Amino acid sequence: MYQYTETDQTLVDERVAQFKRQTEQYLKGELTEDQFRALRLRNGLYVQTHAPLLRVAGPYGLLNSKQVRKLAYIARHYDKNYCHFTTRQNIQFNWPKLELVPEILAELASVQMHAIQTSGNCMRNTTTDHLAGVCVDEVEDPRPYCEIIRQWTTLHPEFDYLPRKFKIAVSGALHDRAATQFHDIGLHLVENDAGEIGFRVLVGGGLGRTPIIGQVIKPFLEKKHLLSYLEAILRIYNLFGRRDNKYKARIKILVKESGLDHFSDRVEKEWLLLRDANELSAERIAAMKLEFTPPAYERDTANDTSFEEHKATNKAFATWVDHNTAIHKVPGYKAVFLSLKAPDSPPGDMTDTQLDAVADLSDQYSFGEVRVTHRQNLVLADIKQADLFALWQHLDALKLATPNIGTATDMICCPGLDFCSLANAGSIGIAKEINEALDDMDYIHDIGDIKINMSGCMNGCAHQSVGHIGILGVDKKGAEWYQITLGGSSENEAAIGERLGPSVAKDQITKAIVDILDVYIKNRLEDESFLDMVNRVGITPFKEQVYATS
Amino acid sequence: MQLVKDKEIVNDTWRYVPDDGDFGDGDITVSLARWKSDQQSLLNHKGKVGLRLLPSDGVDGIVDDLENIQLIELEFPDFADGRLFSHAWLLRSRYNFRNEIRAIGHYIPDQVFYLSRVGVNAFLPAKSSDIPFVLTNLNDFTVKYQNSVN
Repeated sequence: MYQYTETDQTLVDERVAQFKRQTEQYLKGELTEDQFRALRLRNGLYVQTHAPLLRVAGPYGLLNSKQVRKLAYIARHYDKNYCHFTTRQNIQFNWPKLELVPEILAELASVQMHAIQTSGNCMRNTTTDHLAGVCVDEVEDPRPYCEIIRQWTTLHPEFDYLPRKFKIAVSGALHDRAATQFHDIGLHLVENDAGEIGFRVLVGGGLGRTPIIGQVIKPFLEKKHLLSYLEAILRIYNLFGRRDNKYKARIKILVKESGLDHFSDRVEKEWLLLRDANELSAERIAAMKLEFTPPAYERDTANDTSFEEHKATNKAFATWVDHNTAIHKVPGYKAVFLSLKAPDSPPGDMTDTQLDAVADLSDQYSFGEVRVTHRQNLVLADIKQADLFALWQHLDALKLATPNIGTATDMICCPGLDFCSLANAGSIGIAKEINEALDDMDYIHDIGDIKINMSGCMNGCAHQSVGHIGILGVDKKGAEWYQITLGGSSENEAAIGERLGPSVAKDQITKAIVDILDVYIKNRLEDESFLDMVNRVGITPFKEQVYATS
Repeated sequence: MQLVKDKEIVNDTWRYVPDDGDFGDGDITVSLARWKSDQQSLLNHKGKVGLRLLPSDGVDGIVDDLENIQLIELEFPDFADGRLFSHAWLLRSRYNFRNEIRAIGHYIPDQVFYLSRVGVNAFLPAKSSDIPFVLTNLNDFTVKYQNSVN
């Protein structure tokens, strides 16, 4: 895992000092609301329904145990004993006091963390595969490139006042777990015919109000050109992106309105002028790769027999292994998902006690590292199979072992009307209701792999448009209603969900979801997943059921 | 009026001439439209001539004129309009403009560090009381991650 150099540390310390001054100036009336708004947003600070919200960067989702303990400390001392993990692999605090935020940022800086550019119209936290470096389908570990991009995007002097926010995701695996097709820039590590590894570059994807699948702008970009190519795209966007209407200001609209060909011509022309003077050296890449060398895996861990014995004798453990662990490239190791979707807890939330305990468990079992997934769960990536049973018992006691990863109750959910000033409708309450309606774990496991995403408004923080089932809260004459989409996906077979029909009332939404799942159970072919069935039969059977009974 | 140039407080010797105004004497700046329409008389002007650019003006259209321009003012209609950061970078890095580039209008002193990095070397703040903030904020960071002009 990357460790800060003196330069990195100086930069975040100086940023803390800068924001402390800005906050003091604002409180003295020397900065207007609008001016301070732009500055605080670039430090992750929103003003929400009840209090400010502070969004802390989880660089490409990777945290060490010391950082997790610091999050626990902040939750305890500055918040109401909990925090929230987001789809950008970031961490949110819902109740900090504005005047104490500089102090919180100083606490974060002491463990090599910050909240720089986690909001505002600038380049945001770069995200990646939560199984990077351990999965079996990897072309190359994307994290060294993520860190190179993190540094390049941080405090970039030219691109901090963009038309709108800008998000980059990197995937190094065959299976896209980072939703790269729905980012302003998606980068895929790929191998060309000559056996060289480089980047396939996608541009103009995005979710929100106008979901669009990104298009390939460069099928193969040599690694040495990574930063010059990003710079070319960003400069064209900064110069030509629309600034007259914030709903049309994302790069996806520029690409769409100018056409991919015209847009890529502009980028190419710009890039050719930059390319040769801005190469990323092989030495820099090699040095960065050293920061992400695999941990010291033990040999012969696959010889352990206790794991299979526990699975054979303990059904609950076996079920958890089935659903909450992933195959690891080193035999005898597993990646373990910690479910932040326990039935009685808001999706993605964690308490200070859980955070501290997870930090300890990561030290004990997983080289002191914790990852955040874009579906709002955590991963301990390097667990010996012999340790799985003990770890499971600890996680179970912490309510972090609900065996529902990838299932109907592993919903992505935004804070919704409960916390967010933009929301039209509640989402946490509906998630709880759906959880209660689906309280039979066997039934959930029978439904199998399904992604339900629910956002409280059009901004789509929970990526509802790419959920296999998407739920979108809308306001109808002051009442909370919900629009349903089916068939979306953010993975390799990227698709935007199709609208099922008119929105349904709050007291009908849970029943509608249960109906949809029933239609699937009754009509699926053998081994057919929910998404496959929707793709095969279309939305009609689901529609007939939902609207016949509502 | 005072401004900050190359980290020093100096007096402003320039005067902006509106599109319908007379050039008069001394050092003047004009809009892009005026520059294009009255270029010959501007080239004969006794004092120095500068250009005031808005974000929408762009810089590609003035590349051939740069040798006759002694000052470029980048006027922020709104501090959130980031196009001028790219304009400054292009002027310095691509088109090798060596004379003064000055930020004017509605930017905020908290942006001067970034502006200085992309090549702006003079700052006329919207309020003269902001001059001390400009001087302080130019030193916000001692480290950087990317290449730019500075």
